Amino acid sequence: MKDLDPATRDNERTGAWVKSEQQVRREATRRKRALRSGSLATASTVVFLVLILWGVTASPGWPRVQETFFNPEAFVRALPDVLDGFLLNIKIFLIAEPLILLVGLLVAMVRSLKSPIFFPLRALAIAYVDIFRGVPTILVIYLVGFGLPALELQGVPTDLATLGIIALTLSYGAYVAEVFRAGIESVHPSQRSAARSLGLTHGQSMRYVVLPQAVRRVVPPLLNDFVSLQKDTALVATIGPLEALRQAQIHASGTFNYTPYLVAALLFILLTIPMARFTDYLAIRSQRRRGQ
Amino acid sequence: MTDPLLRVEGVWKHYHRHSVLRGIDLEVRPHEVVCLIGASGSGKSTLLRCVNMLETIDDGSIFLDGREITDPDVDEDEVRRRIGIVFQAFNLFPHMTVLDNITLAPRKVHKVGRAQAEEHARDLLARFGLADKAGAYPDRLSGGQQQRVAIIRALATQPRLMLLDEVTSALDPALVKEVLGIVRELKEGEMTMILATHEMSFAREIADTVCFLDGGVLRERGTAEQIFTDPRDPRTRDFLRSVL
Repeated sequence: MKDLDPATRDNERTGAWVKSEQQVRREATRRKRALRSGSLATASTVVFLVLILWGVTASPGWPRVQETFFNPEAFVRALPDVLDGFLLNIKIFLIAEPLILLVGLLVAMVRSLKSPIFFPLRALAIAYVDIFRGVPTILVIYLVGFGLPALELQGVPTDLATLGIIALTLSYGAYVAEVFRAGIESVHPSQRSAARSLGLTHGQSMRYVVLPQAVRRVVPPLLNDFVSLQKDTALVATIGPLEALRQAQIHASGTFNYTPYLVAALLFILLTIPMARFTDYLAIRSQRRRGQ
Repeated sequence: MTDPLLRVEGVWKHYHRHSVLRGIDLEVRPHEVVCLIGASGSGKSTLLRCVNMLETIDDGSIFLDGREITDPDVDEDEVRRRIGIVFQAFNLFPHMTVLDNITLAPRKVHKVGRAQAEEHARDLLARFGLADKAGAYPDRLSGGQQQRVAIIRALATQPRLMLLDEVTSALDPALVKEVLGIVRELKEGEMTMILATHEMSFAREIADTVCFLDGGVLRERGTAEQIFTDPRDPRTRDFLRSVL
């Protein structure tokens, strides 16, 4: 149905009501107030930005900083290589993300199994989450990147980007498992009772009733983790593949100019901001739905 | 006299150190409608949840169709397939349409084909005046409509026994009527039912047998007529005087 404003709708129904003078005055006041707060916000933002800019550029070291971090020439020179490296970041991210979702969901579901047969699996899942949430991601990358190939096992990948993906999956999988588990536990027990009382098995109740509700609830926190994952792909630089940060390092070490880092930072921001806004949008939408 | 469909024998249930059911005995014959009355906390809901194995009992036994269902070796899922339960809070699945709510168990548990399950569901919806709600999500329905859908959902699996747990307690008086109407129809369809209810006049109208529970004990059992006009146990008398 089309949204009509209340006045029109009421007029259509009764054909009688005309907006009272009191209401007209009220709305005029509201409009005036909205205009005033809008211009106030603009003015204060401009003043704020000018002050910051002035504060930074007036500092005694500014010319040096400008030369080393904001050099247009170095920016243009580094851009193609860093951009090229950044494509690898995106690739790592795009492969790691579905893997992480899979690992997280599996671990969360294993933790919800009740049967004693599954005790070892359950214990393993708990140990996994405890360990990988506790170890800093950069250490996991070192351990997987240098330790795994050192085992010299058949079939273990030696490609650095692949090892990076494995490490990120292990580390983030633990976080995501906890997000999923929180989602599963947030579904009211009466939903499970209702499903079981219809004769659905534990697995069926999980699949058709609990998980669909749980997943919907955890989409915003999951996206938040993915924003964080996008930038953490840069940590893989520590074991050597030529992604954005590594390319920037190479450029910087050749010229002693740090502008390439700025290039990398801008690229990461360009990628994460849309994701962050999308997360906000989803959160607001789900809030609005609940409010209905 | 026919064999009972359900037999409850000396059932005890404790929560922590509090006994909610203290040796309940109850028999329900096929097509019989039994109403459980009693104050909140007297054990009515717990008894229904025990019959549907949503709670594990602490002593005694329960037989359905002559087979003990409280035997630890029994397949709980198989037993639940023969019993339908409707809760006070409806407990519809919010992420599914009305039609999906109703067809989920027939399709996944009873392996009925989608087309056939949906046809049956639409028949039921039409019968209970909800034909136009098949595609709606539960949060778009009134409480009375939600509860009617919940009853249809339980009915769609063609249970041997229906348990109705205070199905009108969460509804305002105007909506109570439509839900009670559907229960009346079930009785006409000869469904065996156990109702926990606070609606005394409805219990009197619909019940073949009325049981009065008090502090986890089944104090008195009789025909609706006898319980409401000539209660023998002094506690039944006190309770009825306080609610009527």
